[in-house]
Parts: sequence; C-alpha cells; structure tokens
Amino acid sequence: MRTAATIFLISVFATALFADYTAPYPFAAQFRELPNAAASGSHLLGTDALGRDRLSRLLYGARLSMLLAPAAALGSVLLALGFALLAAMGGPWCERLILAAADLFLSLPLFFLLLAARALLPLHTTAETAAIVMFGLLAGLGWAGPARVMVGAAKQFSRSDFVLFAKTCGHGRIRIALVHIMPNILPVAKAQFLIATPSYLLAEASLGLLGLGIPEPVPSWGSLLRELESVSAITANPWILTPALCLFLVVAGFHMAVSADKTAV
Amino acid sequence: MKCARPILALFLAAGVAWGQWGGELRLSLRSEPRSLDPVLVDSDSEETFRYFTGGVLVRVNRVTQQLEPELATSWNIEDAGRKIVFHLRKDVCFSDGTRFSAEDVAYTMQVLLDPAVHSPTGDAFRSGSGVAKAAVRDPYTIEISFPRPVAGAARLFDQVAILSRHSSDRTAAVLGPFHLVERKPGSYLRLARNPNYWKTDHGRRLPYLDAVRLDIQQNREIELLKFERGDLDVISGVEPELFDRVSGSRKAWTQDAGPTLESELLWFNQTPAAPLPDYEKRWFASRNFRLAISHAIRRDDLCRVVYRGHAQPGVGPFSAANRVWFNQALKQHAFDLETSMRMLAADGFKKEGPTLKDAGGHAVEISVITNSGNRSRERAASMIQQDLAALGIRLQIITLDFPALIQRITQSFQYELCLLGLINVDLDPDGQMNLWLSSSANHAWNPNQKTPATDWEAELDRLMQAQAAAIDATHRKLLFDRVQEIVWREAPILYLVNPNALVAASPTLRNLAPSVLRPQLLWNIDRIYFERGR
Repeated sequence: MRTAATIFLISVFATALFADYTAPYPFAAQFRELPNAAASGSHLLGTDALGRDRLSRLLYGARLSMLLAPAAALGSVLLALGFALLAAMGGPWCERLILAAADLFLSLPLFFLLLAARALLPLHTTAETAAIVMFGLLAGLGWAGPARVMVGAAKQFSRSDFVLFAKTCGHGRIRIALVHIMPNILPVAKAQFLIATPSYLLAEASLGLLGLGIPEPVPSWGSLLRELESVSAITANPWILTPALCLFLVVAGFHMAVSADKTAV
Repeated sequence: MKCARPILALFLAAGVAWGQWGGELRLSLRSEPRSLDPVLVDSDSEETFRYFTGGVLVRVNRVTQQLEPELATSWNIEDAGRKIVFHLRKDVCFSDGTRFSAEDVAYTMQVLLDPAVHSPTGDAFRSGSGVAKAAVRDPYTIEISFPRPVAGAARLFDQVAILSRHSSDRTAAVLGPFHLVERKPGSYLRLARNPNYWKTDHGRRLPYLDAVRLDIQQNREIELLKFERGDLDVISGVEPELFDRVSGSRKAWTQDAGPTLESELLWFNQTPAAPLPDYEKRWFASRNFRLAISHAIRRDDLCRVVYRGHAQPGVGPFSAANRVWFNQALKQHAFDLETSMRMLAADGFKKEGPTLKDAGGHAVEISVITNSGNRSRERAASMIQQDLAALGIRLQIITLDFPALIQRITQSFQYELCLLGLINVDLDPDGQMNLWLSSSANHAWNPNQKTPATDWEAELDRLMQAQAAAIDATHRKLLFDRVQEIVWREAPILYLVNPNALVAASPTLRNLAPSVLRPQLLWNIDRIYFERGR
C-alpha cells in the first residue's frame, strides 16, 4: 500500500512539475468564445467560466500546490526538529519554554493570521510571491504540532543509555544532539512531514475556496475548487469534480504513506 | 339564459382582474435586518421590510418611474421650491386602528430629523444650510419647509414610512399592506395582511395575499434550491448562472427585465496623500491614461462571458434604465487598442517588447483591488487583466475581505485601481451628490477635497449644486447631462457594465410586473396574488 501511494504521489508530482510540457494550453489563456464548454477533444476537462482550459489549470495548479505544500511542511518539520534538539540540549527549563511557545502557537487563529497577512501584502506582490508568503506563513506558524511530538521523542532519547554513555565519554551537548539524538528522531520527523503536507494542501484549498488564496490568474487546487460551490454546475458538468478528486487522492496518498510509515516506526 | 352567458363571462373576466384573495408568499432576504425601525433603514433587507410594511405619502412607480399619490392625494410646491405642501387622504387608519393625520407626518419628520436618532433616511432632509421643518396646517394638510430650494423634493418621501405618534413600537402601527406578526432572529420574519390597509379593489381591502414570509438566506445557491423545491415563491436579483439554470424549468416563470441602475465600475486612486510613487500618481492623474485603459477593456466580452449576456455595457453614472436622466447622446468607450496606444504615446508611454513603459522608463505594473466572494467581479477582473496585457500593462488582482478593502479605499488609500459595484436606489441625480461633490467623503477617486483638485471637478461641483437647486426639470436635465458628459470625457470612473434585473417566480403568481428598480418583482406587493388558493 505504501509503495502504491508513493508511486502515485511521485507520478502526480512529476506530471505537475513538467506542466509546461504536459498542459495543452497556458493556464491564463482565455478562449472567450468557449466559456463553460463541456469536455471535448480540444479541452479534455472542458473550460471554466472564462473559457480557460480546465486540464491545463489543473496541471499548473498541481505544480504550485504539490511544490509549495511539501516545502512548507518541510520548513515546519525542520523548525520543529531544531526546537526538539534545543530542548534536548537545553535541559528542563528550555524544554518547558519551547513547549509553552508551542502551546501558544497552537492557540493562534491560523486562518485569521493568513487573512491579515494577505491584507498587508504590498500592492505589486505577484501571485507567485503571494503563494510563497502564504505557504511560508504556514511553515512558520505550523511547527508547533510536530514540535510537541518531536520534543517528546528527543527527551526520551536524551535519557537513553547511549546518550548517557556519550556524556561519560565527554561529548559536548551539540555533538550529542546532532550525532546521537537527531538520527533517532528523523523517522518521527518524516512521519510529521507526511502528516503536515496534506494539512497544508487542505489549508490552501480552504483559502482558495473563499477566494482568498493564490491571486488570479495563477491556478491552485484551492481556487479550482471554487467551481464546486454551485451544486447545479456539478450535475451539469461532472468533470469539474476533477480537482476535488485529485486533492482527495493526493491527501489520501499522503495519509496511506504515513500510516505505513508509522507501522515501520 | 342568453343574458346569463355574457354576464357569466363578464364575471369570470372580472374575477381574474380582481385577483384572488389568500395565500402566503414566501421569499428570502439576503441578510438579517439589523433593525426593523423604518427610520433606521440602512440595507437592502431592511428596505424590503420597510417597503412591505410602511405607508408613504408618495411612491415612485417602479415601472413608469413617475411619482404617484399614496397617503397624500396631491401636493404642491411653494416659495420657489423651498416648501412642499401635502394634502392627505382622509379616513385612513394604522394597522392598530388609530387614525392617520398630519400630526403623524409631523411626528415622523421630527423623529427623522432628530440628531440623536442618526436616521440615514433623514440625511436626505439635511444640508449645509440647515434642516427641513414640518408644520401642520390642518388635520389633513402638512407643509415641509427646506432651507434652500430642493428640486424634486416630493420624491424624497418615497423613502419615508409614516410613523404613528400614538405607538412607541414602530412595527406595531403601520400604514403599509402588511404588518409584522412574528420574528425569529436569524431564521424568518412573518408578515400578515394589514386589516386597515387603505387601498381597496371593488370595495374589498387589499392586499390580496394573507401573509408574507421572509426567510433569512444568504446563500444564493440554497435560495435557488428552495425555490426549485417550491419552498420559495419569488427570487429577485438572480445571478446570471443560476438564472440560466432556472429559466429552463417549467416550474418557474422567469424574466430578464433589462439593465438595472446598478453599475460595475473601476476607478483610479488620485488621492494626493496615497502612498504611491509619484510617477504612478502622474499616470492616474492623466486623462489620456485613464481613457486608454477604458478603450482597452472589452465591455461586450464582460457582458457576454461574465454575465452570460444578462448585462449591458456601462456608459456613465446612470444606465439607460433611468428613462429621465440618462444622457442618450453618450455611447460606451468602444474597444479600440489603436486609440489606447495613441493616447498612451501622447503621454510618453511606449511599448518595449511585451512591456509598456512610461517616459521615465518605469514599467506599467498596476494592481486592482476588489472584494473576495463576488464571483462575477473576480471574473471581470481576470478578463480586464488579459485585456490590459494587450497594451503591455501587467495588472495584479488583489481580492480582499470587505472590511480590509473599505479600509484601503477610505483610510490608508493604499491601492491603485479599485473594482466595485454601485447600487443606485434613487432615480434622481441628487442621490449621487455624495459621489460627485469633491468635498464628499464618497468622492471615490479623491475624497474630502478642501478645494477641487482640477477644473473639471470644480465644474462638477458647480453643476451638481446648480441642478439640486433648479426647479425647472428641463434645466436640471441639461445640467445633469453636462455632468455625465464631463464624467464620460474625463473618465475618473470607468463604467464597465450595468447588470440586468433577473427575476424568477412561481408560475401561479399573477400581476407580476418586473421592474429594474428595487424591489424588482414585488414593488406592487399589494396587488400580487396566487391564481389558486394555497
């Protein structure tokens, strides 16, 4: 199951990464004579309300979501890993401080902060920059959840016999943290990465659904989901469900991978 | 028997003409009314409630756009437009049974003009030169005096629901066709027939309907689903996408009533204090630049693609729907890239590769802000983005939640272009006074000016004030035609489209006469009836 999920995720990632070659049209090209066109040979998933090719937008949207969500998740996990090692090195007071900060961050209204940050962006912020800022914020504010898990794991290893042995051998705190503790909590970090990635994909989708995600004309899976607001449109054009189906499969793929990973851990 | 047939036919025909009494009409309000007090109306849902329950001295007929007598049988203008005298209908009672007289009108004016009440309706009766005053001449005659001549003063009373001086609860004693009987906040309002409503049909008191139920429903998709299920009888202001869907149904009577007074518009930030580079301020202050943008926008495509053909290209402050005040001589700024490029070249702009640059070598990269959640507006912004790309202009679209957008256009002025809609509820140019006067806080592109920044804005100020004081209708029309010409020529605001009024109703409803003015389908609520009892 894990292999199948991984192969599926890699294939989606590869297709999205090479959207310039796989997409039949530029994502912003408007075929104004063909708005809301049904699926056809020239537009395999039809066109949206402005006549833009839905398949092309799906592929380009996948590129943005599939690159930035894992990047943001990686950022969060690296931050969490750093805090976990700091807690392991710094002793009980440091651990308490980091856990208190994590609790504080977990209490922050993330959605509200994203909206506020968006309102504060300079006027000439490009869609790409806005996307990077949004996922950057997700990375910067989303470390707390993984950190709580990883601090616990680091604490557990810091009391282990091999760390005690390293201390008696005269190894410094930094060396112990980097050489003895970090390799042992990497599987936990990997699992946290696989958990964070789909949650960031869904966070972007939620913002996009509200029209507050990545600015037009750059597509993201979130902005493509806005077409689903209309029940009537779904019954008339079932192919508009494709972005939702893709999002579902990718999120499920990550969850399958993480389940298998937990078993391995 | 020979005589009976024609009599029967006449009776049946008359029966249809008279209408059928009974039934409950169900419709939805798009927001919860914050207040049901008729003097505090400040939103569309509150206005709908006031329209159904409030009795007024005069009413603008939403189809003919002419003033018609209601509680006032006649009126006359005195003292060169400074005074209006209403002669009131006798034998009229409020819904609680108390008698209506000129004292009630005086009381209403007193409440409206009380500074402590902060009545938005009362604002129309205040001006820099003072406030209006009411004086009772006799029980059925009242005069309202204004500090200066007011053109079209009578039409102001279309919005003034008369209060009862005997009732402290302003929803308990009303003069309109219905009165409130039940309110469940967040869910619905239920109105019942006013047993004392003064209008009759062949001796029987109107309205035909027994009750009206107003469901609070913000989601238009759900509103349409309820309509299709038969839970709602009427929808006004249907979105084009949904209208096309419901038009194909045999369970619905639909009509595109034509362009409304509403406009989708785009304006350039010309506020001197705006935190923008000086070169950008120079672009926006240039008439050539503004017109070049206007000529590069394909308005026909906006109407066809975004509004699915249910809109007309915008021309100016009023659409052709305003039969009296629209300036017929004006045409839309036609799509013409050559004209656009020529105007830009005249200001020193030139295209270098795919990018337009000004005389100082700055690439023309501008942003447009609009509110998130309005799909039509967001789509229009995307189309304009592609249109302007043909000129070499890179347009960024910024969608903001509404409070953040209002903060930018009224306080921080941190924006370049703004795309928004304007809802005109008033047919008269006086209703747009706050938009055109340079000193106004609502002078969109450069508000609160101490002295007009440009000659043409000074001219707009002079013309708007002159038309407001002119009593002669022809002279007023000439003055406001000139205002429309200046706006068309200087293009401080680009009028993009006027969306059509799209309505849907149950096929069993009769006497429907859709209007482009609000409330589009229910302006004659007292005469609407169901063909069969429900």
